Amino acid sequence: MELAAFAFFALLALGSAIVVVGHRNPVYSTMSLVVALLATAGLFVLLGSPFLAVLQVLLYTGAIVVLFLFVIMLLNVGRERPAAGRGTMQTWVAGVGALVFFGAMARLIWESYGEAEAPRLTEEFVATRGLAELLFTTYLLPFEIIGLLLLVAVVAASWVARRPTPDEEEEAP
Amino acid sequence: MTVPVSWYLLLAAALFAIGVFGALTRRSGIAIFLSIELMLNAANLVLAAYARLLGERSGQMVVFFALAVAAAEAAVGLALFIAVFRLRKTIDIDRINLMRW
Amino acid sequence: MSPQTLAMLAKVGLWVFFLLQVAPVMLWLERRAPAFMQDRLGPNRVGPLGLLQGIADAVKFIFKEDVNPSGADRGLYLLAPMLALVPAMTTFLVLPFGPTVEIGGHRTSLVVIDSDAGILLFLSLASLGVYSLVLAGWASNNKWSLLGSIRASAQMISYELALTTTVVCALIPAGSMNLTDVVDYQREGLWQFVTQPLGFLVFLVAAFAETNRLPFDLPEAESELVAGYHTEYGSMRFAMFFMGEYMSMTTLSALGMTLYFGGWSLPWLDFSQFTGLVQALLGFTILVLKVGLALFFFIWVRWTFPRFRYDQLMRLGWKVLLPLAVLQLVVTAAMTVGGLL
Repeated sequence: MELAAFAFFALLALGSAIVVVGHRNPVYSTMSLVVALLATAGLFVLLGSPFLAVLQVLLYTGAIVVLFLFVIMLLNVGRERPAAGRGTMQTWVAGVGALVFFGAMARLIWESYGEAEAPRLTEEFVATRGLAELLFTTYLLPFEIIGLLLLVAVVAASWVARRPTPDEEEEAP
Repeated sequence: MTVPVSWYLLLAAALFAIGVFGALTRRSGIAIFLSIELMLNAANLVLAAYARLLGERSGQMVVFFALAVAAAEAAVGLALFIAVFRLRKTIDIDRINLMRW
Repeated sequence: MSPQTLAMLAKVGLWVFFLLQVAPVMLWLERRAPAFMQDRLGPNRVGPLGLLQGIADAVKFIFKEDVNPSGADRGLYLLAPMLALVPAMTTFLVLPFGPTVEIGGHRTSLVVIDSDAGILLFLSLASLGVYSLVLAGWASNNKWSLLGSIRASAQMISYELALTTTVVCALIPAGSMNLTDVVDYQREGLWQFVTQPLGFLVFLVAAFAETNRLPFDLPEAESELVAGYHTEYGSMRFAMFFMGEYMSMTTLSALGMTLYFGGWSLPWLDFSQFTGLVQALLGFTILVLKVGLALFFFIWVRWTFPRFRYDQLMRLGWKVLLPLAVLQLVVTAAMTVGGLL
């Protein structure tokens, strides 16, 4: 049962990742990313953290990707034109590089863990309560820093994307 | 039969490799950004897999923080895209690769 | 088929049956109620009191021409209305409609998914509703649709924050993200709209904004954007948007009733005196009645207030509602720790 679920989510994630990377239309790429993120959320459930799965759907697909779509629509990003000149060489090098990377990682992973089964999931591990306790005791400082980071990001993003004032428009080329 | 942890790690490695390929190959800034998000996602998967393997919930905590950081990074990155677009009228990276013109 | 599966199917069936009845009833109510408010009669030709108006509208929707706008992205154009139904048809899974009962010798809790992170499931599935608006506007190849969908998506993600914060406030005294615990907490004490009036008000306003209902319906404003993001949709596709909007209103109202008005319970009604099946149906009926009152309130407000301008809308969401929600959060947390709640 778990195998079937894993196979489904894994194939979905891989397929949609390939579409993200391959499709020329940015909106289709973004929607494929949504599918990939949802598949990963399913995998999080299988790995014993339903809280993370829900957070992934709520934050990543529910907000971040919407932001992507928003910017795509605002800037009216069109279909990507194929690269001129040295485009094919770049694709080959990137492809070989990615494959080499995957090969190296696969070998490393296989030799370290092989067919070792994952430990059984306990009720205590899966419950959200434990995570909340951890967050507010051991990881309180990173939690507060993340809050500060988000504040900085909000201020920075609003400033960078502001409409230029008339004198700023003059000095732009 | 339960799924071995190495399968999750292999899947994450594959997703990461696909993301790397996308980031290196695409011309549109948005597509590169999407590939980066894919890579971040793969890293989160690795963290969650290790959390399960070691029985340590700190792995899940790091994923939580990584999600927040990804949100912040996406916001700032997209704001930068908007700013660059205002200036250059394009986000094709082959055309905004010079600092001056 | 195991008894658990059978119970789950029965609960899902009950909810789906209810949700599918909402759209035709609302179609009729949305015309008759405001008509009476405006001192006129409304539709009264089709059937007694115009009650068959829903059927007439459904027939009209089925027979209309299937438009194929030129230059529209066909795949996304077809996908968007389907996505409109996703949040509505999935969020009811975590809403409780009765206590734990024993039917036919088997104990079951009257909620389809009894999860310790139930409210998070609701919020995450509801947040997926933005995609139908975004894709509809983009795929239509129409500047009015695009404007409407940009406005709609910005509005929805802005008010989601205030909504989520007030929902968290409502969960703190109960100490659990499981909605059955929240209802049980309210059965022992006061309904939460008494103990958290500010939170309830913020939830109310945010709920109106989340469902794109007046006074926040700028994305589909008739006088400004033709029909906003669903300009290019006719016939059954428009009906799907329509139904999706009413169903998400229904589930959001049900959530509001569960968090603030005691959900399926009434303070003087002791449920244990009834048999299991009667408890289930009684709880569901009480919840449906409360949701009906909320939906009538939605219609009432729609025909009473003028529309917010877009910048006023965004200012309200970010500068007024979010600080108020955070204030309620602080107050509730302090009261809970102090032992008052």
